Amino acid sequence: MIEQSLLGLWYGFGVAFEPHNLMWSLFGVLVGNLIGVLPGMGPLSAISILLPLTFGMHPVPAILMLAGIFYGSQYGGAIGAILLNLPCHPPHAVTCLDGYPLTKQGKGGKALGLAMLASFFAASFGILVMIFFSPLLVAVAFKFGPSEIFSVMLLGLLAGSTMSRGSPLKGVAMVLVGLLCGVVGTDVNSGMMRFTFGVPELADGVSLVAIALGLFAVGDFLLNVNRAVYTTHGAGVRVRDMLPTWAELKHAFMPTLRGTLIGTLFGAMPGTGPTITTFLAYAFERKVSKTPERFGHGAMEGVVSPEAASHSKTQVDFIPTMCLGIPGDPIMALILGALMIQGIAPGPQLITEHPDLFWGLIASFWVGNVLLLMLNVPLIGIWTKVLQVPYRYLFPSAMFFIAVGVFSTNNSLFEIGEVLAFGAFGAVFAALNFPMAPILLGFVLGPMVEENFRRALLLSRGSMLVFIQHPISAAFVGASVLLIVVQTVSYFRGTRGKLGVLQAT
Amino acid sequence: MRSLFRYKKDYYGGALMILIGLAAAYVGKSYPLGTLARMGPGFFPTAVGVILAAIGLAIALSAGSGTGESAAHPAFDWRAWGAIIGGTLAFIVVGDYGGLVPATFAIVFISALGDKENTLKQALWLSLGMVVIAIVVFWWALQLQFNLFRWG
Repeated sequence: MIEQSLLGLWYGFGVAFEPHNLMWSLFGVLVGNLIGVLPGMGPLSAISILLPLTFGMHPVPAILMLAGIFYGSQYGGAIGAILLNLPCHPPHAVTCLDGYPLTKQGKGGKALGLAMLASFFAASFGILVMIFFSPLLVAVAFKFGPSEIFSVMLLGLLAGSTMSRGSPLKGVAMVLVGLLCGVVGTDVNSGMMRFTFGVPELADGVSLVAIALGLFAVGDFLLNVNRAVYTTHGAGVRVRDMLPTWAELKHAFMPTLRGTLIGTLFGAMPGTGPTITTFLAYAFERKVSKTPERFGHGAMEGVVSPEAASHSKTQVDFIPTMCLGIPGDPIMALILGALMIQGIAPGPQLITEHPDLFWGLIASFWVGNVLLLMLNVPLIGIWTKVLQVPYRYLFPSAMFFIAVGVFSTNNSLFEIGEVLAFGAFGAVFAALNFPMAPILLGFVLGPMVEENFRRALLLSRGSMLVFIQHPISAAFVGASVLLIVVQTVSYFRGTRGKLGVLQAT
Repeated sequence: MRSLFRYKKDYYGGALMILIGLAAAYVGKSYPLGTLARMGPGFFPTAVGVILAAIGLAIALSAGSGTGESAAHPAFDWRAWGAIIGGTLAFIVVGDYGGLVPATFAIVFISALGDKENTLKQALWLSLGMVVIAIVVFWWALQLQFNLFRWG
């Protein structure tokens, strides 16, 4: 098995180093890096905006690019957090706590350098886990029937909606709204039009691009214009400042390793958001530290551990998405959606049917991470300048890119209207403190959930017991029930409120 | 005062979910439901709608129990909403009757006016810049199927 994985990896490097693929991978990490630095734009909106561009591309470079945006943005996020105290993306908010004090002490460059090395180490570890764990998972996944698939999706949806921030009930409500959005269009079993209200453009369902752009780009603009206050002052960093000494490397190694393991663990669990992961890594580091009072005043451990956690989680996140076809978070849901638009169904058969895609993606992770490590050093000066582009110029330009991007997918102006509708809905939901990300999760999984639910009950002749009679399925149902019980108990004890407070700090 | 508002927010949120859930169930019921063993197209949406309505009820009922997050609640921004929605609608309408160039100008110009700090002049320059990008990048380089100008 291991030998096979190594052979696959070798083949993957060949794919990743093809000039065409390498170019798109580089483009992806560059854009991701830029987006990560830019305040008010996350990887979700970046991937949504570039999604239409991938439709005309071969699936391999398309996925390499989208994945590159994802992990590229995380390197960028660290820059903003450490140098400028800008928590551009929630997962990096915790990096600000100690990163910015370090910058004020003149050690910002060093913190950044160590954070990048830690990220690279963590990403490499995550990739190794992916290489050796995926084939094992695939072997199990081949035993899955409709009832197992339904149960694991149920668990994924529940975990994805309740383990992130905010009220679990609201998360579940948003998943259900997403499921309903997924129902729109022609029913595959009966050919009946559902929820189309006589609009022919809706017969193929709501477009993924429209829903993602509406919720994560337009919705954000509606809420942030005239409100976002960003400080714009650049902090120069020289390459010389970034090189850590041997003693510092040794000092940072254990926190990095701990952060990496936490990230890997949480990446393997579906639905645990990146924010909760980095926060836990930070809290854990403070707990094991002999001098916890240094935290918050520039402790290097408080920077490297969360950064490492977020990077290993990012890589491990790809395992369930690629091997089971079940995304753990909305970004993975988008990448899954992009694959499906290309006519590729991720799942256990992906490795054998599309080895170029699977192993190419894994190899490109490494290539991309090395590129980022090299690029970040000379580019930091440019990125800090980019931070000074005001939001008031950014969002009108982005509105145009969104409109043109959506139009180009089907040459239809109708879909721009869909974007607008979802943007308005998303903003209303967000204003009422509903999380938006679960909608996308529900939307992407919706048709599969319904299909497998119907098929499982067809096979069992209508007996709901089928979900607990099959052992694998029963385990997932059990985990889902356990999740609900834990959430309810912590709700009544009010521990969730405390956790929320800690997260907010 | 703020806490009072927060509870109200959860009432609205819950009510909205009940409304969406019931509407989905109502429409879903108009499609054949079928049986558990042989589900029709209406079964799944109806079931999801009913569950959503139940969860909406739970959200509204738990609104007073103090676990909701307190978030700073800024006033509703009519200007931003009007400009972004208006700009996008303008792109759809103008794009249909006028072509890519006026549509690009319209969406950027109108959206830019949504920000209090943008002056007319800045909005004008920004939208002219985007028109150039639209022509060079999208129409010329990417061969977008969208006429630069269209009459009627």
